Amino acid sequence: MNDMGEDRVIEIEGLYTRFGSHEIHQDISLSVYRGEVLTLVGGSGSGKTTLLRQMLGLETPVQGNIKIFGYSRYDCNLELLRSLRNRSGVLFQQGALFSALTVYDNIALPMRELHCLDDEMIRDLVMLKLDMVDVDPQHANKRPAELSGGMIKRVALARALALDPELLFLDEPTAGLDPGLSESFVELIQTLRQELTLTIVMVTHDLDTLAAISSRIAVLADQRLVGLGQLQEIIRIDHPFIKDFFLGERGRNALRHLVPPS
Amino acid sequence: MSANRLSEEISPWYQLSTSNGASSIKLTGHYTLIALDQELLKVASRLKYFATQSELHWDLTNIQQMDHAGAVLIWRAWGKQYPSRLSIRPDQEKLFVHLEKAHPAPKSERRDLLWPVLTLGRRFFLFWDHLLGIITLSGQVLLDILYLIRHPRQIPFREISANLFRTGAQALGITALVGFLIGIVLSYLTSEQLHTFGADVFIINILGMSIIRELGPMLAAILVAGRSGSSMTAQLGVMRVTEELDALTVMGIPHSLRLVLPKIIALGIAMPLVVLWTSAVALLGGILAADLQIGLNFNYALSSLPDAVPVANLWIGLGKGVVCGMTIALIACHFGLRIKPNTESLGEGTTNSVVTSITAVILIDAIFAVVFSNVGLKIPR
Repeated sequence: MNDMGEDRVIEIEGLYTRFGSHEIHQDISLSVYRGEVLTLVGGSGSGKTTLLRQMLGLETPVQGNIKIFGYSRYDCNLELLRSLRNRSGVLFQQGALFSALTVYDNIALPMRELHCLDDEMIRDLVMLKLDMVDVDPQHANKRPAELSGGMIKRVALARALALDPELLFLDEPTAGLDPGLSESFVELIQTLRQELTLTIVMVTHDLDTLAAISSRIAVLADQRLVGLGQLQEIIRIDHPFIKDFFLGERGRNALRHLVPPS
Repeated sequence: MSANRLSEEISPWYQLSTSNGASSIKLTGHYTLIALDQELLKVASRLKYFATQSELHWDLTNIQQMDHAGAVLIWRAWGKQYPSRLSIRPDQEKLFVHLEKAHPAPKSERRDLLWPVLTLGRRFFLFWDHLLGIITLSGQVLLDILYLIRHPRQIPFREISANLFRTGAQALGITALVGFLIGIVLSYLTSEQLHTFGADVFIINILGMSIIRELGPMLAAILVAGRSGSSMTAQLGVMRVTEELDALTVMGIPHSLRLVLPKIIALGIAMPLVVLWTSAVALLGGILAADLQIGLNFNYALSSLPDAVPVANLWIGLGKGVVCGMTIALIACHFGLRIKPNTESLGEGTTNSVVTSITAVILIDAIFAVVFSNVGLKIPR
């Protein structure tokens, strides 16, 4: 591993994205450091999810470069790309569990694809992952269609963590969960962060989640990165979107310990 | 003895040493899935071997990084219990605590000894269920038709015309191609045989009878079952997956009236037309081939066709078209509405729909053959 990329897990330089004539991103530069939780926020259509998909290598920007673990996404060979993929895990918004496979097989799939683990070890690892995300072993033989929304998120998180990734992407981790469930999901992510050395990139609209686990926040608005820093720094930035998002009624409620009542 | 044998080993993953008669093993490096990679099973078997030494002192404090895979590897080597002499960091201990209380994997269900009987029974009930479902759906469609007769303003003309275009107009290309080729093949094979008997003229009878009464309707029906039947099933299935069917229900729009009925009516109208088209193109292909092969005059062939084939055969062919078309649409909709919201069910449902409708089409053909065995077969003198 090179020393340059040691503390920067993701580096984005001068990123431009366009869909047809519609400009999504203009000159975005951003770094994610090892061990931190970076939250991407922005209004609908501000390109948060697009940026996340570009980091995952699912979409390609018009211009600019994205480096993961110090390697560029766009000029590396297949083997390197595969190992980069194995070092990162993704929790998709809807879980994206394979509906044809049981919970057990969903989590075992990435392990089997490595071809270097035997069945016994895979079984122990899967049960360990299920235990970590608080899913009862009796659900292991169920299909995703038989699970509740909260359970699907947990199983999807277990699958994202299957290969013990260093980097975890969360797309709206608490969307569609009730407040109690989303709180316990946030707690779960925090526990996992303590036990495993994880770097997390998260997209969320949920201010409670954001306030609870972010180390830094990146705000996307008007095609640009309008704010980057800790929550206290962000809420002092004078920008209509930030004022609206963090200092509106809902924002004040979630951040009441940070924002003095007006 | 064995302690002596162990005393020398050093590898990137562990250092085995002996001092004052006590042997100890120091694990080093990165015990992570990425780092271990292809070495994993080798390291695992070595560690398992070392763990057979009960007096060995395990030192895990020099491991730079350990993840779940690494922890499971070591835990399994120990035989799922802590060794008697162990040095460990608190952060590593946390991982092992999880392993210690981890549940065993639940066993998947075992096959019963009676499984052939059970499978057969289940198949039978499934068949019965499908049969009931199809009968219920057709009854529902009939009720909808009665309702529409009383409320003609609610007839879904838009959907019917869209389905007509999709299942009829867009199927013209493929049915023409297949019909033309089959016509050529049929004519090519029979004309040579007839020529040996000097019965060249009867090629018209053979082509006309077989294509108009049998091949045209069957080719069209099988092609449409594969083409339109599968797309209908998949469309309804995806609507189930995306909850569009539920959205229609809560809006008070019945599935059968808005989705099933237009498809059945449209295919009932489109199918006889497609049959006519397929038969015509197949006849054209057959006559052209006969023209080239045995020099049959094209104009003569056309003018003698009405004498060779009684017109009742055309009506039977078109009748088959109507019945097959409506059956295909009914079966496709039945399977489409039963699809559960997952990808596997979607694929299974589409396959079942096509297989069932092709079987049904051939059954209908057989029934027509038996019922109309006295109609249109005798050539008027």
